[in-house]
Amino acid sequence: MDAFTTHTGRAVPLRRSNVDTDQIIPAVWLKQVSRTGFEKGLFAAWREDPSFVLNDPAYEGASILVSGPDFGTGSSREHAVWALQQYGFRVVIASRFGDIFRNNSTKMGLLPVVLPEDVVKRLQDAAEADPKTEITVDLVERQVRSGDLVASFEIDDYTRWRLLEGLDDIGLTLRHADAIEEYENGRQPWLPTTV
Amino acid sequence: MGRTLAEKVWEQHVVRRAEGEPDLLYIDLHLIHEVTSPQAFDGLRMAGRTVRRPELTIATEDHNVPTVLGPISDPVSRTQVETLRKNAAEFGIRLHPMGDAGQGVVHIIGPQFGLTQPGMTIVCGDSHTSTHGAFGAIAFGIGTSEVEHVLATQTLPAYRPKTMAIEVKGELPVGVTAKDLILAIIAKIGTGGGQGHIVEYRGEAVRKLSMEGRMTVCNMSIEAGARAGLIAPDETTFEYLRGRPHAPSGEDWDRAVDYWKTLRTDDDAVFDKVVEIDAATLTPFVTWGTNPGQGAPLGSAVPSPEQFADPVERSAAERALEYMGLTAGTPLRDIQVDTVFVGSCTNGRIEDLRAAAEILRGRKVVTRTLIVPGSMGVKKAAEEEGLHEVFKAAGAEWREAGCSMCLGMNPDTLKPGERSASTSNRNFEGRQGKGGRTHLVSPQVAAATAVTGRLTAPADL
Repeated sequence: MDAFTTHTGRAVPLRRSNVDTDQIIPAVWLKQVSRTGFEKGLFAAWREDPSFVLNDPAYEGASILVSGPDFGTGSSREHAVWALQQYGFRVVIASRFGDIFRNNSTKMGLLPVVLPEDVVKRLQDAAEADPKTEITVDLVERQVRSGDLVASFEIDDYTRWRLLEGLDDIGLTLRHADAIEEYENGRQPWLPTTV
Repeated sequence: MGRTLAEKVWEQHVVRRAEGEPDLLYIDLHLIHEVTSPQAFDGLRMAGRTVRRPELTIATEDHNVPTVLGPISDPVSRTQVETLRKNAAEFGIRLHPMGDAGQGVVHIIGPQFGLTQPGMTIVCGDSHTSTHGAFGAIAFGIGTSEVEHVLATQTLPAYRPKTMAIEVKGELPVGVTAKDLILAIIAKIGTGGGQGHIVEYRGEAVRKLSMEGRMTVCNMSIEAGARAGLIAPDETTFEYLRGRPHAPSGEDWDRAVDYWKTLRTDDDAVFDKVVEIDAATLTPFVTWGTNPGQGAPLGSAVPSPEQFADPVERSAAERALEYMGLTAGTPLRDIQVDTVFVGSCTNGRIEDLRAAAEILRGRKVVTRTLIVPGSMGVKKAAEEEGLHEVFKAAGAEWREAGCSMCLGMNPDTLKPGERSASTSNRNFEGRQGKGGRTHLVSPQVAAATAVTGRLTAPADL
């Protein structure tokens, strides 16, 4: 996983709520067995509409997506995170996220930032008024800054540490292999196996 | 202070707990399918890791398989299925491939084999894993990185979600199903209403549901945003499990049942959030919009966006009506559909097929109607009861097992602009095929709709 400390970039205002992962990457794109090439499927259906915000050349190269509430609901497909990252996004800002999407993001180093709806709207307004507006997302200070706007966000210490260090969960868990083995020795004998 | 069911099951599975860290949770059963696993197996190979407990893992082919006999014609889908076969063989994982008697939708076969049991932790790279909560298990969907983590360690680091009770008071009226109940719940609490919570469904109406009905309810917990949904096990649960291939037997059965009986929320336990629903007021429920929270009683009309005070909901409703091609004020019963789909992990079990057959017996369908059993086991059971003859006589298509039209990644899809009444779980834009329009309904409403071509309750026939 790529480490995340601080990122400054331009933002795309996505003024929609309930942006489910079927919209972020439609199912037809999930047939690949590799981890690459998903940027082409990002918002594939919506991008067919020339007026969709990602088709506006003013937002080319933007790396922060600022969305309406309930971003990443629905399907557990991690492909949604891969598509956003491979397209060039490092951060998604919204007032609410689907639980599984948020988990998947932090496993991959895409930072989901929860801010109150009025702050999200101010950021969207700023990005709409001037697409060159820069936003800084500072994981060290747990802050989002843009012009005179300074907003703190919450993220638990453990996830923050993992993101700052770019650590792989599996490696961390395998340090506790003894505890796993001990637990396994105490499992109830009637629990099923698939053999 | 007492503990809730979710807290009891969670605590039982904590391998390691440390200040300032998520719990390390043991996973009793890991379900796998072709779509969300290939990159996880690649990750294992690249890191030189192996599958820690292949015997706690089971794989099936369901999402992208065709539901008519024959090979997969789409080369990309075929590669994905072949990749799963290769991975299962390499890592020693039991797989039920297409054509196998045990093949089926991942959330149908777990309970069918008796692998899903009370008090377990169950995960799968699929958000509808919440289905298994119907047995009093903590079951939730995960992404591919977590699939890899479970394969490698049989554990997951996770913070315990908050707890939420949904108390369904009173009894469901005749003709009102588990699907109507869960659609009404989601409409009430919204698609984000359960975020960060494990929901426990409680109350008289829930207790009276069959296991199939309970699975339908728990299945759609994710559509209310919940991390998981569960129901305390009881005699209905034990009777369902007794004698299934992987259920305990002999003395183990008695010991297991004794333990399972302790899996209930203590009377003095406190939930972080409580929602009450009056079952007696419910009627057949359908969706009109593009998220599962945009639903209404079948007897009502397409709402006007102005009815929503919240500006976000209002603009979502405006957009949904445009996508769905609907006009505010149109009675829902006047909406004409092109296709009816009965199946999926929400409503692809034998009881669902019986309910649809009862309505279609001696009648004819006027729309394209797909009846897709959730597993080859369900298909066999249905055929032994002669249900397939009822469907065929009515003019419906009787298919092989798979996810089918629930999601547009196999040949069963809607064309742009086509409208369906579907027993599946998501009415998202394009979910059943690009430009397709989906109304979520119960199997009973689906069957009645197939007969009239308009959204219809069985009582209307």
